[in-house]
Amino acid sequence: MTASQETVFLKGHIIDSLILAKVLDTILMMGGTFDLQDVNIGATRDAPSQARIVVRASSGRLLAEILQAIQPHGAAVERDTDCRFEPAPAAGIFPDEFYATTHLPTQIRLDSDWVEVEGMEMDLGICVDPAKAHARTIPMGAVKAGDLIVTGRDGIRVTPLARPAERDVFGFMESVVSSERPHQPVIADIAQRMLKMRGGHRQGQPGTKVLCAGGPAIVHAGGREALTWLIESGFIHVLFCGNALAAHDMEAGLYGTSLGYGLTAGRSVPHGHEHHLRTINRIRAIGSIHQAVRSGVITDGIMAACVRHDVNMVMAGTIRDDGPLPGVVTDSMRAQEAMREAVQGVGLALLVASTLHAIATGNLLPATVPTVCVDVNPSVPTKLADRGSFQAVGLVMDAASFLKELARELGWRR
Amino acid sequence: MSRLLVCPPDYFQIDYEINPWMKRDNAVVPSRAVAQWQRLMQVLEEDVAAGVERMQPVPGLPDLVFTANAGVVAGRRAVISRFRYPERRREELHFAQWFREQGYEVLTLDESLYFEGAGDLLGFPETWFGGYRQRSDIRSFPRLSELFQREIIPLELIDSRFYHLDTCFCPLSGGELLYFPSSFDAYGLAAIAQRLPEERRLAVPEEEAIRFACNAVCSGKHIVIPAGCPRTMRLLESRGYLTHEVELSEFMKSGGAAKCLTLALD
Repeated sequence: MTASQETVFLKGHIIDSLILAKVLDTILMMGGTFDLQDVNIGATRDAPSQARIVVRASSGRLLAEILQAIQPHGAAVERDTDCRFEPAPAAGIFPDEFYATTHLPTQIRLDSDWVEVEGMEMDLGICVDPAKAHARTIPMGAVKAGDLIVTGRDGIRVTPLARPAERDVFGFMESVVSSERPHQPVIADIAQRMLKMRGGHRQGQPGTKVLCAGGPAIVHAGGREALTWLIESGFIHVLFCGNALAAHDMEAGLYGTSLGYGLTAGRSVPHGHEHHLRTINRIRAIGSIHQAVRSGVITDGIMAACVRHDVNMVMAGTIRDDGPLPGVVTDSMRAQEAMREAVQGVGLALLVASTLHAIATGNLLPATVPTVCVDVNPSVPTKLADRGSFQAVGLVMDAASFLKELARELGWRR
Repeated sequence: MSRLLVCPPDYFQIDYEINPWMKRDNAVVPSRAVAQWQRLMQVLEEDVAAGVERMQPVPGLPDLVFTANAGVVAGRRAVISRFRYPERRREELHFAQWFREQGYEVLTLDESLYFEGAGDLLGFPETWFGGYRQRSDIRSFPRLSELFQREIIPLELIDSRFYHLDTCFCPLSGGELLYFPSSFDAYGLAAIAQRLPEERRLAVPEEEAIRFACNAVCSGKHIVIPAGCPRTMRLLESRGYLTHEVELSEFMKSGGAAKCLTLALD
């Protein structure tokens, strides 16, 4: 985040007169950069055009020189004011005019200084502590009466993402979702990232955790072994799932079936439909998944790998759950809170075969975190991209193929 | 018949220096100034057959004679200038008063927006051009464009000798432009070229640009031009214009000539 930036406004017949071009050229020639925002071209010859330009420079001094040079051409600095805030009228209620966040890096102006908003996530409010010059995002449900909440749009600066330095699939930032897109190069790029993240994670570097949010199709489709290997090899550090993924993973361990289908034979086994219920019942009797693994009841699979490798697991329940398994958080707001807590430090997210968890996770992540969304249904990655998670790479393919190919890229020999 | 606002040079002299032409020790010879101005009026009224409205000169306002800077007029609406230099700001009141007395709707811009009238705003029926940087503020043009419902292309004036647009840029009635290209930067020249194809652009040589060749008054086929610009006159005549040469050396001491001494009212 550069401290030296200012927004200027240019209005008039700025296109045909080349005034806009002159202003932009001047900024570049003097060593600054710009983002062109809100360009409105006049509909007719008589109608004026207007442009809002964010000017950036490496130092405050250079910025001042640039502003001085473009000011005679009509580029007027937008008068910055402090942001406004009001106390929340009651617990769980924002003031009427509350500012709703995006997932982009955001600053607010407090007492003439720009303060970085912590915990960026879309669709939240911003809670400020003016005495400490501190600001962080806050969900609607978590607000307490009297919390100071930012209102209006003045004194708020949202920084669009700069193109990442890496020239891999994330570097293009193009949320193109297509089933015709070749998968292999995309998966190779993801693998490279994961290798780098694992190195960083082992050295305790921040922002190097890899999150996987997955649905039960991972188990049904035969991706269980690949994901287990990825976890055991230290590539996954956070797992978001529901009751089903955990239940079917352990069902596979105990019965060799997934929702009653034999995973090797590929047909339903007698009374197989009861297997997942018996599994859930068994774990409930033991008390926890952790205990089931430690006691040797569950010996292999995704859950066992997570327990053995201290993967931070958040299981969020839904209304169709059986059981549920111990550890599944059935209060959605509490589950959201736990997920919000767990995304801290995540630097890459794999959202695999789960509409619910993929979109929930996408909403929680700041735009700076690259995400990969894999689903056989193109509407899931598309939906995620449409929500503005634009560092999202969408792959239309089945979960098992994705996980197997990814694991092979990383050295899995099966 | 075009109508022009003028102001007799009764109090014209050089009291201050606000452009590179003005030198207080290069004093105006009042009798000569009056004679030159009278001759200009004679040419305008008799040869060009223009209607001339004379406003009352005011003691202590030597530059009131340069009525091109009174403001800009379209129809019955006049926007009064806001001068950059305080030396000329007292003229605003007198110009506003004249327009009000003549029944014009008188408008002013925001006080912080310098705008020096028809000195910096000239054009063709479709497109107007606005000179900025030396005197007028570029930010005045969007407002004027709104008021007059005209496109206004801003042009940066990069040579301090050509401090008003009308010293280097003169739209002609036949759609041609008489101009001195070196007083604009590449952006300005490109913008001009986009609106006016090459055959309509008539460039004056520098030695005549500094004799205020572009500070001419065009009315129909007639062009009144300061004396000492023979090449420009030939250029204009080759395009079928009737040129009228008038000696205006006393006014050039102040940085103005024929166009600066008149304001088109229609």
